[in-house]
This record gives sequence, C-alpha cells and structure tokens, in this order.
Amino acid sequence: MSDSKHAPSAACETCPAHNPGNLRKLGVDMANWDYAVALAGNPNTGKSTVFNALTGLRQHTGNWPGKTVSRAEGGFEYGGKRFKLVDLPGTYSLLSTSVDEEIARNFILFGQPDVSVIVVDATRLERNLNLVLQVLEITNRAVVCLNLMDEAKRRKLSIDDRRLARDLGVPVVPASARYSQGLPELLQAIHEVATGATVCRPHRIRSGSPQLTQALTELAAKVEKLYPGLPNSRWIALRLLDGDERITQAVHSGEMAQLVLAQQAPPAENGSGQGVVGLEVA
Amino acid sequence: MSQSNSQATQLLQEAETLRWQLGGNFQENLMEAIYTDAARIADRSVVPPDERPRFDLERTIDRLVTSRIWGFPLMLGLLIAVFWITIEGANVPSGMLASLLVETFHPVLKDLSAAIGLPWWLDGLLIDGMYLATAWVIAVMLPPMAIFFPLFTLLEDFGYLPRVAFNLDGLFRRAGAHGKQALSMAMGFGCNAAGVIATRIIDSPRERLIAIITNNFSLCNGRWPTQILIATLFIGALAPPLLGGFISALAVVAVAVLGIFLSFVVSWGLSRTVLKGEVSTFHLELPPYRPPRILQTLYTSLIDRTIFVLWRAVVFALPAGAAIWLSSNIVLGEASIAQHLIGFFNPFGLMIGLNGVILMAYVVAIPANEIVVPTLLMLTVLTTGMAGVGEGAGVMFELDSEQATMEIFQAGGWTLLTAINLMLFSLIHNPCSTTIYTIYKETGSARWTALASLLPIAMGFAVTFLVAQLWRLFGGSG
Repeated sequence: MSDSKHAPSAACETCPAHNPGNLRKLGVDMANWDYAVALAGNPNTGKSTVFNALTGLRQHTGNWPGKTVSRAEGGFEYGGKRFKLVDLPGTYSLLSTSVDEEIARNFILFGQPDVSVIVVDATRLERNLNLVLQVLEITNRAVVCLNLMDEAKRRKLSIDDRRLARDLGVPVVPASARYSQGLPELLQAIHEVATGATVCRPHRIRSGSPQLTQALTELAAKVEKLYPGLPNSRWIALRLLDGDERITQAVHSGEMAQLVLAQQAPPAENGSGQGVVGLEVA
Repeated sequence: MSQSNSQATQLLQEAETLRWQLGGNFQENLMEAIYTDAARIADRSVVPPDERPRFDLERTIDRLVTSRIWGFPLMLGLLIAVFWITIEGANVPSGMLASLLVETFHPVLKDLSAAIGLPWWLDGLLIDGMYLATAWVIAVMLPPMAIFFPLFTLLEDFGYLPRVAFNLDGLFRRAGAHGKQALSMAMGFGCNAAGVIATRIIDSPRERLIAIITNNFSLCNGRWPTQILIATLFIGALAPPLLGGFISALAVVAVAVLGIFLSFVVSWGLSRTVLKGEVSTFHLELPPYRPPRILQTLYTSLIDRTIFVLWRAVVFALPAGAAIWLSSNIVLGEASIAQHLIGFFNPFGLMIGLNGVILMAYVVAIPANEIVVPTLLMLTVLTTGMAGVGEGAGVMFELDSEQATMEIFQAGGWTLLTAINLMLFSLIHNPCSTTIYTIYKETGSARWTALASLLPIAMGFAVTFLVAQLWRLFGGSG
C-alpha cells in the first residue's frame, strides 16, 4: 500500500483547508520558544532540506556526509506554538566517539528536546533504522520522517508506513522534503507529540545475549532508583556498561541528577506547561 | 549532596563490575542486537520491487567515476574543465569591471574631492588607498568567483565529492591518514577554516590532527583568484591566444594537484614521526546521485560563497588599502615606510625568486588571502612611482585591465620565475588568521597550532628557494 496515500501534491501546501496549523517560518528568530525540536538522522537523508523548509533559512545543503558538523538552529511557528528547531550533524550511530556523533547524542540526551525528529532515507530503511532505534532508546518523544519517498517510488519500493509506525511506536510521516511534500503532516505530528496529544510507545532494543539482558536490567533498576523519572534509564545503564566517559562524568558531576529535576519541572525559559506527559511509557 | 554523590560512585562501580563480568564482546553484542531489530522491522514494512531495472544508470556512472582506470583522469578532466570555463568566462567581465571602477569612477571621485577641496592626504587615504584597494578586489575576484563557485557547488550537489573521497581513499591510507580526510580536504578547497571544522567527522584524534595540519594545502577561496590571475597573465600568455585559457587552466590545476600531493607527503611524514599510529577503518556511503537544483544552487553559492568571500575581502581591503597608502606616503628619512619594509624584505625575497613587495603583501594579507593581489598592485604602483594612479592625475589603465595589470607587474620587475614562485608560495604558506584561530579552537593546543602554521611557511620558503636556484642554474632569467 502507501504509494498512493503519502504526500499530497505541493499545491495543497498553500491551501488553507490543508494547512490549519498555519506554518510561519521564523528564520533565526527563536525567542520565547514553547518547544525545542531536534532534527537527527543519517548523513545524506535530507535533514538540512527539512530544516530549511521549516525555518525558511537557507543553510547550505550538500549531498555528502559531514556537511553539517556542528548544529544549526532556527525557528518556526505552528498551531499557535513557537518551535525551536535544532539541526544535528548526520550520524550513522550514537555509540562511537567522533565529535559529530557526540554533539548529536549529547543534544538529544542533555538538551532534552521536546520532540526528536529522525529523518530517514526511505530507500535505505534498514540501515537508517539502526540510528532510529538508538534514538528511541534515549527519548520517548520522537517522530520519524520517512524522507525521499520520491526516490523510493522511482525505485518501485513500497513502504508500509503504518506498519512501521506500529513497530517503532512513534508517528511515521512519509515525505519528499525536496519537493515540499509531506511537510504539513510532519508539522502536525511534531505538534501532536510536543503537546502530548500523541503519546509514543517507542520500540526498545531486544538486547542480544541473556547475560547482557540480565546485567542491563540489574543496572537499569539501580539507575532508575538513583534517578527516578528518567525516560531512558535503560539506555543510561547501557552506556555505563560500555564505559562511556561523558555519561560517567555526568553521573559524577551531578548533571544527571539535574536532568531528573529538569524532567519534573521544565525550565522557566521553556514557557509552556509541557511536562511529564508521555513519560511513564515503559 | 554527599550522599547522592556516594550513590553515584557506587553506581559507577557496579557498572564496572558488571562490565568485567560481561567480557569484551559487549559492543559487538549490542550492535548485533540493534542490527537484528532494524532488519526485522525494515523487512516487515518494505516491499521490494518485483524486478530489478535492467539498466541502472547510477551504477554505471559510479563504475565509471570510481574505476581504477578512469577515476583519476575523469577527476582531473573535470577540474580542468571547471577552471577553463572560469578563466575564459571571467576575462571579459573582469576587464569591464576594472575599466568601470578604476578608469571611470576613480577619476570622477578624484575630481569630486578636488571640487570640494579635500586635503591631499585625506583624498589620498580615502580614494587612492581605500577605494582603489576595494575596486581592485572586486574587479579581480568577483567574476572568477561568480563562475567558479556555482560550478563547484553543482558538482558537490550532484554527489561527486564522496566519489572523489572513494578514489583518494587508497592513497590516504598509504599515507597513514584517514580516508575521510578527502572530504575535509574538499571542504578546504572552499575555505580552510571550514575544512578544519569538517575534520570533526574523523573519529581518531591522531588522524584528525593530520587532517587539520594538512588542510592548508587545499587552495582556498582566497587563493584561487591569485592563482587564476597569475596563471592567465604569465603562463597563459606564453601559449598561442587560442590555447591561452586552456594552458592557464592546466597551470592552476597543476598547482591544486601539487597541493593534494603535498598533503599526502606531509600526512605520510607526520604519521611516521610525531603522529604514529594505525589507520582506522570506516564506512563511506556513496550517496545516490541527486539531480542538482540549478537555480537554488546558483542562489546559495552566490550568497553563501561569492558574496561572503567578496564581503570578507572588502572588509579586509579597506583598512589594508588605508595602511598601504599611509605606509607609502609617510616618509621616514629618505624613503617611505613601505619602501623601507620592501627594501628590508627584498634581498630574501629575491633569493627565493620572489621580491620584497610579494613578501610584504603576504604579511599584509595574514588576515585574509583575498587581498594579496590588490596589495601587490598597490604596493607596486606606489613604490615604483608609476605615473598616474598614485597621484591621481592621468589615466594609466588603457585598453583592458589585463594588459594594464601586466604593465604594473612588469614595472615591478616581475619575471616568469616570480610568477611561478608566487603561485607556489600562494599554495604553500601559513594559513590565514581565521584558520589559525580555528585550528587553535579545534585542537585546543598551541603546539599543534604553531606546527600547522609554521610548517607550511617553512616548506614554502624551501620550495621557492629550490625552484629559484634550479631556474637560475639552468639559465632562466630572474
């Protein structure tokens, strides 16, 4: 299915009936934002194109990995709420130690975005899902943007996005950002996850060996006890098991404890009352 | 606080104990779990096409551009084509801009200042110093950049750069460097500071340092115009007129390729001396070709690169123009400050086949390589006392700007050797101050920053000295 149902034509975008949320591109104006949105994904999946389409900025997009090595920020307004959008460097994983992966990882973990949008290449779904699964370990509030649907179509691939959404436990939006298709749906999904209208139940990795599972459960319980309310105690446990320096340091310095506080009461600059919605999902 | 601290320490200790119990294949185990899950989920939702298309254009192009036989010739061919188009196309608009800004506006401004009775020093500082420097920057740089950057960006958008990285990977590996260095090197062809930041994609600190130190051997925005201008004037002029543009393009490509060669040599040297270690492996995805969106590319390359670089050049040219004019007009003893300095640099400059004006221009241009050419022109005009420009009366630019520029250089005693060595020195000298600062920020080490800055300039002196000696040995003039 799905070939026919995704992505309305570009003409729909300007039609008021189609665009009830009233997207306003704010460029670099990020004052008084209500929600922070992170944009993650493999290199070369069109993150920067999505970023530009939503903010109206013209960050140079390039067809090769490593184009965005630091993060870029911009703003947009949708459904009466102001969003700050952060374009993270494209990475294949969040596990290794290169600077770009660390920037992406740290922002999703410590920056506590209200929504993490993971842009994936529909024509290379399996490889892209590796990163998606890792992001879903860290955060509960995510939207998958199934980008490059035009190319998938060209290659006669058909992707069942509803099945995918069910398996991943987060909204999946097919899009062709280059041709501005699917962006209204993406905005709607971001808005719904940010406001808590949609509650995600993200897929969690089924760890390989029984020993690992056991060690993980044991340690995760301890993390949970020390930092009640963290959405990703299992992932923290995983990183501690791996001897991740940054996470170890965060435990040491009390930064992790700060995260727990921030989870319970959003910081004052984040004006909305958005809080614990969707956090108690296992 | 202390209680939660001790709890944290306890947690970390437990993690450590468990890690030892699990043994070494933890990472593998985890990655395997992730891959298995990803494969299962993808498998459930993707329906592959029933039949493979018989002819896969993308694969065919990829086979060609990354082939062992055709990969490198195609790469060189594309580079030469880009420069040939740039050089041929920039000629006429450059001349028009020069005649407009220098021949027409300059006298108008002079007349105007005479009419309102500006004192001679203010008139000189503003019009002969700041205005002329800026006018030259625009005339010399705008046309080639407006052609070169869009062409380069189109290649980039099309997806050619990762293929270049793929082709060069073997060479980098043999040099003891990371294959991704090809990407940061390619970024360096735009701007070395950006190239240095782009090395963040390299995981291993050892290989990243190599990439940072050698990035300077990628000719940057600020240096392309110097190369193109000098190649057109001195080397293209040697060939019959029809072939001139092509020969100039070849010369510029030769310098760029020499830069790539040097970055291999220096990487090799570093990885065998101060930065010893193993080469790490990595995945490089050859992304699908995307049809470039021509209009948008033109827009972004014009705004992001051309205007950005031009603006930077103008910002640095204004004060530099003022400084040059002042130093040429403030007389200490019997000569101006500029003449003292040039006289000071001259013996050493001539020894390495350059001259005092060039060395002084490179001192002035430390903040931005973009202003080398205007500085050269102004210093030569002001210190050789050529009639016209310095005093404001008379028009020295007749016919077209190219010929006029050539006249200035000839008055300064330039030879073919000077031109060749200037092209070499422009490739091999210290990075601009922005890049040096970026290197310091990225490495956080004054030692590596010093090495990255001083190594190229030492090499530059050595190479130009050697070329000059050989040239003179084999009877070349100069």
